Amino acid sequence: MKQGKLFYYIPYGLWIALFVIAPVVLIVYQSFFNIAGHFTLSNYATYFHSGVYLKMTFNSVWYAFLITAITLLISYPTAYLLNQLKHKQLWLLLIILPTWINLLLKTYAFIGLLSRSGSVDSFLTFIGIGPKQLLFTDASFLFVATYIEIPFMILPIYNAIAELSPSYVNASRDLGASGWQTFSRVIFPLTLDGVKSGVQSVFIPSLSLFMITRLIGGNRVITLGTAIEQHFLVTQNWGMGSTIGVILIVAMVITMLLTGERKKKGRTRHAK
Amino acid sequence: MQSKLSGWSKAYLIIVFIILYAPILFLVMYSFSKGNTMSNFHGFTFAHYQTLFHDPRLIQIVLDTLIVALLSSLFATIIGTAGALGVYETRHRAIRQTVLSLNNILMVSPDVIIGASFLIFFTMLGLRLGFISVLLSHIAFSIPIVVLLVLPKLNEMNASMIDAAADLGANPWQTLTRVILPAIMPGIFSGFFMAVTYSLDDFAVTFFVTGNGFSTLSVEIYSRARQGVDLEINALSALWFLVSLLLIAGYYFLEQYNQGRKTKNRQQVEAVIK
Repeated sequence: MKQGKLFYYIPYGLWIALFVIAPVVLIVYQSFFNIAGHFTLSNYATYFHSGVYLKMTFNSVWYAFLITAITLLISYPTAYLLNQLKHKQLWLLLIILPTWINLLLKTYAFIGLLSRSGSVDSFLTFIGIGPKQLLFTDASFLFVATYIEIPFMILPIYNAIAELSPSYVNASRDLGASGWQTFSRVIFPLTLDGVKSGVQSVFIPSLSLFMITRLIGGNRVITLGTAIEQHFLVTQNWGMGSTIGVILIVAMVITMLLTGERKKKGRTRHAK
Repeated sequence: MQSKLSGWSKAYLIIVFIILYAPILFLVMYSFSKGNTMSNFHGFTFAHYQTLFHDPRLIQIVLDTLIVALLSSLFATIIGTAGALGVYETRHRAIRQTVLSLNNILMVSPDVIIGASFLIFFTMLGLRLGFISVLLSHIAFSIPIVVLLVLPKLNEMNASMIDAAADLGANPWQTLTRVILPAIMPGIFSGFFMAVTYSLDDFAVTFFVTGNGFSTLSVEIYSRARQGVDLEINALSALWFLVSLLLIAGYYFLEQYNQGRKTKNRQQVEAVIK
């Protein structure tokens, strides 16, 4: 059996070494080099001293927070109500189905919907509000990002509520708690784990969105992800890009510590 | 908790579902429109589908995307299954935990980080960006999900079957191919399926590691969408939606079949015990 184990670990261990450990080490290593290829701490100095980067980071965290909060507000009631339906598994499947559609196609749909003389605009004109600039605004960015993330929030919360034993809720009602008390003292605390893994699987990707910021946000919102993409693929300043990457990794670790080790995989489908 | 939903609750759910599906149906609807933009439906036509099927570049990209998805999933499934077997046979708790944590790093990392770090890695290796770098990246980010889907099946498997096989004189290879693999096959299939959807869905990682010559659908749609609306893309998305529906239906039936088989097995075992 011992040999079998080694045999299995050859391809898998190679993968861990080459595609998990090496890339993380490389991105940290790269962050200490400037654009001319000299070893330096200047990337970090630039990051912390120039207000631009700190402001961008703050903005990115703020937008990720907004996206997560709005998504949670919409998803919790949805997950709760879904649990009360007949054939709830089927309904849940219908919630997950849109995540199987390529992210780019969904974003592309919104370009059509929100663009000038697009359908939403025509509708606004029709009801008398008049044409409005919809695409390339902060609101459109928030809306589309929320749209993309909603299923990933509903799923873990739905699972947490499904596991909640109805007898707790009944007991609480029998003991005279009002609907709100039952929710805030019994249902919500008992489903907090689901909320946490939902927050984790929405917040981290929201920090690094870059495609939506470009196509829908019109570069008005710069997230950490946009900045990394810009540095790597446009200005070719890999050192600075890696530095922001390290910051993003740190932000990710903090988020994971705050939301706790999730017991189950909330995001059965990973959102890229 | 089983109560009839009030009117407001129903309305709320209906609105959520409408919002989730409206953009997709909207895309599909305009793929049949005679106009050139996604506003004001101009009457029914298949013209955009015809352009789509006469666009050799796009067809090539669709084929490339499918080849990358199937090949990467195949490799990821093989390596991931080996990984799950390795983890399963690791008895040392701390090592097992460490390996699993390393396994999950790529699951939680933002794609931009995966893409950027792979780009550095391939460049340092001197690998030319293109088909190979995209394929390697897709294999890499699909492996962890295969491990996570196969491992529970291994843990569910009755371990005394392995001992029994060894007692009856099976060599390790026979034990693996005749006992273990058939028992975990459902997990392997779901792993493969997930790997395919990961690969088809990926944009950010591919965007970083694809060079000039090679493109997948996501990257192509991105560059076309930056230039504005093109109803050929709508036609493509309608077809994609159809394929997604078929895939998810297939997966759903696979799961149903597995569950059915599981209960059937249990009934048989119970019948034997009685």
